Amino acid sequence: MKLVYLDNNATTKVAPEVLEAMIPYFKDEYGNPSSIYDLAHNANVAVKEAREVIAEFLGANDPKEIIFTSCGSESANMAIKGALDVNRNKKHIITTRVEHPCVLNLYKDLEKKGYSVSWVDVDANGDLNIGQLLESVKPDTALVSVMMANNETGTIYPVDKIAQAVKMQNPETKVFVDGVQAAGKVKIDLKSTKIDMFGISGHKFHAPKGIGALYVKSGTMLSPLIVGGHQERGKRAGTENVPYIAGMAAAAKLAMENLNDELTRVKSLRDKLERGILSKIKNAVLNSKSANRVPNTTNIGFQYIEGELILLHLNDLGICASSGSACTSGSLEPSHVLRAQGVPFTSLHGSIRFSLSRYTTEEDIDYTLEKLPAIIEKIVKISPFQKELKEIFK
Amino acid sequence: MWEYSDKVKEHYKNPKNVGSIENADAIGEAGALACGDKLKIYLKINDKGIIEDAKFQTFGCGSAVASSSILTEMIIGKSVDEARKITNKDIADALDGLPPEKMHCSVMGHEALEDALKNYSGDNPGEENVEKTGKIICNCFNVSEEEIIKAIKEKGAKTLDDIREINYAGGGCARCVPNIKMLLDKYAKKDDKLNPVQFILKINKVLETNVAGELGKDSGGIELVNVEGKNVYVKLTGTCSSCKNATMTLKNFVEAQLREHVDPEINVIEVK
Repeated sequence: MKLVYLDNNATTKVAPEVLEAMIPYFKDEYGNPSSIYDLAHNANVAVKEAREVIAEFLGANDPKEIIFTSCGSESANMAIKGALDVNRNKKHIITTRVEHPCVLNLYKDLEKKGYSVSWVDVDANGDLNIGQLLESVKPDTALVSVMMANNETGTIYPVDKIAQAVKMQNPETKVFVDGVQAAGKVKIDLKSTKIDMFGISGHKFHAPKGIGALYVKSGTMLSPLIVGGHQERGKRAGTENVPYIAGMAAAAKLAMENLNDELTRVKSLRDKLERGILSKIKNAVLNSKSANRVPNTTNIGFQYIEGELILLHLNDLGICASSGSACTSGSLEPSHVLRAQGVPFTSLHGSIRFSLSRYTTEEDIDYTLEKLPAIIEKIVKISPFQKELKEIFK
Repeated sequence: MWEYSDKVKEHYKNPKNVGSIENADAIGEAGALACGDKLKIYLKINDKGIIEDAKFQTFGCGSAVASSSILTEMIIGKSVDEARKITNKDIADALDGLPPEKMHCSVMGHEALEDALKNYSGDNPGEENVEKTGKIICNCFNVSEEEIIKAIKEKGAKTLDDIREINYAGGGCARCVPNIKMLLDKYAKKDDKLNPVQFILKINKVLETNVAGELGKDSGGIELVNVEGKNVYVKLTGTCSSCKNATMTLKNFVEAQLREHVDPEINVIEVK
């Protein structure tokens, strides 16, 4: 059966070049980078070179600013807990209502432990209320934490401007940016910003799952999350995951080479899909309405029908996408991001995210546009909201 | 993704008896748009009380559609009395089971059928209904009020999440969440803020009951000297007063005990 993978914000396929770059470190080059003999030399060089590549990828000043981690969640946890731990007398945090659960739930947890958290709202387009954010900065504010791009809608938040404005008000406040959904989709140049910490995850840009990185600006104090050996200059203990580190570096190189493709071809495919759905299907409404979006993501709500059922029918035709519906999540709660944006219940439960990658073809998009209308029509027929739907389809 | 049985897949892919019946003899509804699922069922019932035809319309996930579809198949040809005996478990069983998180879909099917049959016989679904189902709080997992109170009183549940962990109640369609919250308000112990005197007395009590006995094993002792805000000043006595591990004892044991039992922000400071 044909496979059309339009769920690249969930995870991506490992690029063949990435897998190839990893294999030597599973085979002959198995040395521990910390060891002294020749066998370990190549592993050591691989980690060193990977650090340089990731530094270039993120626009860091110095490879020493890059710490390898196991995933995006570890990067976020390390940044947030590490920065708060060295600044224990400050008990105020500012973040947004639309962060990824790994960040959101950590702040909810910290709230229980005595921190006060200011939650910044978004408007109906998904754009952040920056005025509200800046008004919340206090002398007591330890941390401001804003994602660079939203995983569900693709909305880009102006994190460089936010960091600068926050530092003007309180130079001691640290700024953490969850960059997981931005890496590989837009240009990142951290050295020209005031951002203190920036987390990424390899499997969102065609590296395998199980590898991430955290950028920590030189001079930023951070206590380690994983304590033990001296690896990563004492900031993250544990023997370096050499094959995965090499793999993520290869993926970052490819992402840099293909950034232009992402910003042009992938974007035009996304736009074609989005326009096509909105024009062909009458009960479709756009949820990702911000003018500032990553080029690969669209989020569309289908009124008066339910998202899981759409996904199941798409799956039967080999099309993979995801939903903000309550029924597809383990928590049985509809998307907090779309709710923060004020998406009405009529389309909230029928919201579908399509996320493309550089492996998406025009054929994939045409196939989806060909199949989706019939699926929606079929589901519309069984909806109990026939009166409302008749109004929309008339 | 959920692990759906082949039966469920068959029914959401090609649902049976979709639509409405004009001049239906009974119509029933369950669910709401805001909750993410809503079901409407239409019945044609003949003079002998036999359900001749049934149709449904569902806004919901794959298992909601499958539950509705199979329910219509189950009731066509049955008498009203026979149909009344169908439970939500029967619906789930007919689908070769549903994932636990999706059991509420079968409940919804059952509720819509009940609603329709009530309409048919002219029963008033008002107060009587409330009374009948008053004992069961969570229909999805069939959890009674008694069981929820037990979870609060005996297992120390304090939040909705605690309840969900103990007996799943409220973890399905979440329609019973307000009722569970009312029970939590009524029965869960409140961590009321202590006044300064109660605060000091509680510290002293923890020191006497949890701490002094342990230190006594090493012929040591502890005295409460002063409390200022969250700072607790103590004096170590006996062998403890000259012990080189005293700081560790204070932080790792005494402070930990006070933080756990009195206030998580307490600092313990030694007075020589």
